[in-house]
Amino acid sequence: MATSKVKEKFNWPVTILLLIGLVSVLFPLYMTVVIAFKSPTEMTTSIEGILSLPQTWSLDNFAKAIEVTDFWHSLLNSVLITAATIGISIVVHSLVAYAIGRNMASRKTFRFSYFYIVSGMFVPFAILMLPLVKETAQLHIDNPVGVVLLYVVFYMPMNVLLYTGYLKNIPVALEEAARVDGSTTWSTFWRIIFPLMGPMHATVAVLTALGTWNDVMTPLVIMSGNINTLPLAQLTFQTQFGTNYNLAFASYLLAMLPMLVFYLFAQKKIINGVINGAVK
Amino acid sequence: MHFGKNMRTYYLILIPVLVLFFAFNTFPLINGLIYSFTNSKGYGGFDWVGLRNYADLFSDSRVGNSYLFTFKLALLGTVVINVLSLVLALALNSKIKFKSSLRGLYFIPNILGALVVGYVFNYFFTYILPYLTHSTSMLADKGWAWVAVVVVCAWQAIAMNTIIYISGLQTVPEDIYEAGALDGASGWNKFRYLTFPLIMPFFTINMVLSMKNLLMVFDQIMSLTQGGPAQSTESISYLIYNNGLAGGQFGFQSANAVIFFIVIVTISVLQMRFLNSREEQL
Repeated sequence: MATSKVKEKFNWPVTILLLIGLVSVLFPLYMTVVIAFKSPTEMTTSIEGILSLPQTWSLDNFAKAIEVTDFWHSLLNSVLITAATIGISIVVHSLVAYAIGRNMASRKTFRFSYFYIVSGMFVPFAILMLPLVKETAQLHIDNPVGVVLLYVVFYMPMNVLLYTGYLKNIPVALEEAARVDGSTTWSTFWRIIFPLMGPMHATVAVLTALGTWNDVMTPLVIMSGNINTLPLAQLTFQTQFGTNYNLAFASYLLAMLPMLVFYLFAQKKIINGVINGAVK
Repeated sequence: MHFGKNMRTYYLILIPVLVLFFAFNTFPLINGLIYSFTNSKGYGGFDWVGLRNYADLFSDSRVGNSYLFTFKLALLGTVVINVLSLVLALALNSKIKFKSSLRGLYFIPNILGALVVGYVFNYFFTYILPYLTHSTSMLADKGWAWVAVVVVCAWQAIAMNTIIYISGLQTVPEDIYEAGALDGASGWNKFRYLTFPLIMPFFTINMVLSMKNLLMVFDQIMSLTQGGPAQSTESISYLIYNNGLAGGQFGFQSANAVIFFIVIVTISVLQMRFLNSREEQL
């Protein structure tokens, strides 16, 4: 009876508190933007000089940052590494989860494999770091290929857990019908199971992308500063920025921008992906 | 016959993947364990030293301090992150205007790279905050630098944990509150006896997640303090990286990594045991 009225009533005090609280999220971003657009001469020592809007919105800092940090190369490396990791992860992890998930109940080998892989979640990179530096150098994969390979291994525990969990909801009857028609395991997977895993592919893509795109440690130790990804470039060129904070902040903003733009368009997908991954 | 062929496909998928996983996860883990019994510098030859690295670990004050700092950060961080994100989630889940925009905006910190965020906050702590508080930079103060690290870690982690709490709150059916309201539950009591028990599984996820991430902190240290001042903010990961790769302590830091691994596994298992048992009680 009264519900329709209640629905239209918003809780304004909480809304206002949340809007005020937003300052804590947006202030660092505001600071980044205004400093990135300013020229060093505008940065007087007073706080007004730092935080006021730029007198002219100049792109000079960005042009220089792109040059100094070799931006396009770093961006390309980041895009290639992330894209390759996502692509390979989706294919390999869903495939192995399928093999494991469908045989776990009946075969010890597969059950053991499942626990073996999933327990890898407890192994932090810091433990593997020192030996991996040697191993990748010896195998001559201390390059983007090696980084992708490592990511595929590091994200395997989480993704296999997610995929096998999801697989439980896909009835075996579908595959059995295909089998009767003479379809092989391989083609059954690609024709029936892989497409049905669609929602989980999205979750895996989002979680893997967030993790690899922003990761610094793996590319830092494996490629030891010879090849940069976008975040890693901020570390490598830190000395070149010196005390020119305007240049540095232009570079930081450029590093944040691809993810912010992507988030703008895929906000729902990203948030849902994160929720799906965490809750499962 | 047909069955056999199917099984062959499954094995053909499984075995290469297991080999890959072993090669880049288990093998380096075993290798690290082996190096931990040597005095390897990371290059050249090395000798076996038995358990000496492990004995030295416990008397090394730099290692001790890094554990102290990392635990301090993880404990305070976990509490701050979970309290704030729970409050934020309750607010964002109430009947507010601009609900989806607000949720979207509060999630932004989580999509940004920790290293770049650290650099931005580094500037904030060095040039903006001292101006407001009329004091020196927190980052240059041995007693306060670790708090700055907590703030930056929390800024990002709260975004993630809030979203998880919101998804938890959405699983609570509306009629439970209606029934509770009949019994006179409101405000704090409503939260304490109705909401919180029902979102307990999400509390478990968030506690384990934030604790584990904070124990492994690296990027923020790299961009905020580089372990300083006076090694007061050297996290375990940072120390393993720094001294293991560049400091000629490959063998010694391998032993540190083995202990660190055992600590992380123990804490995660204990946390899950404890929180799961509480889930069942409720």
